[in-house]
Amino acid sequence: MAMTPRLNQAAFRKLRKYKVLYFMLLPGVAYLLINNYIPMFGIVIAFKEIDFSKGVFGGDWVGFRNFEYLFKTSEAYIITRNTILYNTVFIALNLVISVGLAILLNELKNKLLRRFYQSAILLPYLISTVIVGYLVFSLLSMETGFVNNTIMPLFGKEAVMWYTEPKYWPVILTIVNIWHSVGYLCIIYFAAVVGIDHEYYEAAKIDGAGKLKQVLHITLPALTPVIVIMTLLQIGRIFHADFGLFYQVPLDSGPLLPTTNVLDTYVYRALLKNGDIGMASAAGFYQSIVGFVLIIFTNYVVKKINPDNSLF
Amino acid sequence: MRSNKVEQSIINVIFALISGFCLIPFLLLVSASFTDEMVIIREGYSFLPSQYSLESYKFIFEKSSDIFNAYGISFLVTTVGTIASLAIMTLLAYPLSKRDLPFRGFFSFLVFFTMLFNGGLVPTYLIYANVFNIDNTLLALIVPGLLVSAFYVILLRTFFTVSIPGAVLESAHIDGAGEFRIFFQMILPLSLPVIATVGLFQVINYWNDWFNGLIYVSDSKLYSIQVLLNTILLNVQYLLENVEYSTRVEGAAIPTQGVRIAIAVIGVLPILIAYPFFQRFFVKGLTVGAIKG
Repeated sequence: MAMTPRLNQAAFRKLRKYKVLYFMLLPGVAYLLINNYIPMFGIVIAFKEIDFSKGVFGGDWVGFRNFEYLFKTSEAYIITRNTILYNTVFIALNLVISVGLAILLNELKNKLLRRFYQSAILLPYLISTVIVGYLVFSLLSMETGFVNNTIMPLFGKEAVMWYTEPKYWPVILTIVNIWHSVGYLCIIYFAAVVGIDHEYYEAAKIDGAGKLKQVLHITLPALTPVIVIMTLLQIGRIFHADFGLFYQVPLDSGPLLPTTNVLDTYVYRALLKNGDIGMASAAGFYQSIVGFVLIIFTNYVVKKINPDNSLF
Repeated sequence: MRSNKVEQSIINVIFALISGFCLIPFLLLVSASFTDEMVIIREGYSFLPSQYSLESYKFIFEKSSDIFNAYGISFLVTTVGTIASLAIMTLLAYPLSKRDLPFRGFFSFLVFFTMLFNGGLVPTYLIYANVFNIDNTLLALIVPGLLVSAFYVILLRTFFTVSIPGAVLESAHIDGAGEFRIFFQMILPLSLPVIATVGLFQVINYWNDWFNGLIYVSDSKLYSIQVLLNTILLNVQYLLENVEYSTRVEGAAIPTQGVRIAIAVIGVLPILIAYPFFQRFFVKGLTVGAIKG
């Protein structure tokens, strides 16, 4: 008889303990609901006709009408092509350059210089894309830019109207992207290179392996897990473009749209510049769903090949 | 030995070139901001202008109150946003680090899933602007960035689980300390390194954010420095229209091209100045983040 109250008391104390913990969860979970989960269900507005008098999500169902409009335009193809092509090129080039730099950086004996180079290549990563837009503008401005005023005359070339000629932008945006993000990847890979056990290299040297062989047979295999995870993360986001890069850096210039319009800029313009919520939500839905399928699919493939390297 | 020296020199040259490639645009920006307006118009922005001038900065300090207002907004948003976001994230991460918490898996998944799938711009915008009506308020600059990546929560949770000895918490429980007391007096002080790292990331995220300003804010009094910079970059007219009338009557031309660049320099200055000091923590944070959580 005497046991029961004590047991109840213990259970009650336990409940109280969890109550406090759940209470701590509350702000974060409430925030996730508002900021993430309601918008997730909100993507169904792509199948609705927006009518603010009926509430934000209260419009009439219109089936696939918004999608029909979207995919009838030639833009749907262009923005999909641009988004995927740019991201593919970015992922490939960033990978090769950052891994290469990380390995080279590790070969450097002078620690002070090593730290300096590391800082220098990481700095662009910390700058907002607005500032990146200014930096590019100071180089490419038609009237006052450094390239048109100093570089082009040096080679005896005419000034180029950079901000109205779409054909240059695939190259410009790729260079800017590498400049902006290679430092971050390089730091990650460098940390992984530093973590490789020195004994492997010692053994390879005794066996007479040169530098190149050491890189091919020790460094790269050791880096593979990190490379796979980092690349997987980027492939999972291949349907999401860096909005700032494609919007700020070309200065939102209309003539450049054929080579600078991507899914994110299209959704933004449709929603806030043209007020075409139907189009914007259809494109947004398309992006969210395909993006989700891609990340699940890439993870599945990696899991099949090597379960240790998968994300989840 | 000799080939080793040659090898080191080659690597040094490569990195010197790459470092130059990374830093030179900043150099151009700074020297352009100190260039005389007439020289800019005649020769363009250059590294070694034929005539230096402080005119652009003078103009900003004397005539433009906008930029100081924007600076104030940026500092306010960054401070409040970072503190609020650390509070929400640590409070969320701590219960998730408790192995015995019922439904822990469910809540962890709730956090993790946001990294895989999101509703995108349209529903998010409609929720904030049309349901909660926080557009054109300071909240629009703070709230959307509070939990910008579930990854930070996972980072914090992992640290709480791995790095804080269970025995310490056990004895605190036996001494009758409540969860809140344990959280504030033990967990937070013991986790300062990881909290500082996440805090640093959030400071940079808030300071650099222009997107929320672009989509939610049209009232120029609420422009943060990045939004102001963005407006001036995309629309030179803004500079001309927002200068006090008196200065235009005087007849002196506004050094538009120079001022534009000088404002960008002022906007990026805090990061450039603070960078050498936080660089090491930032690198550490990035590399910790790369490890599977």
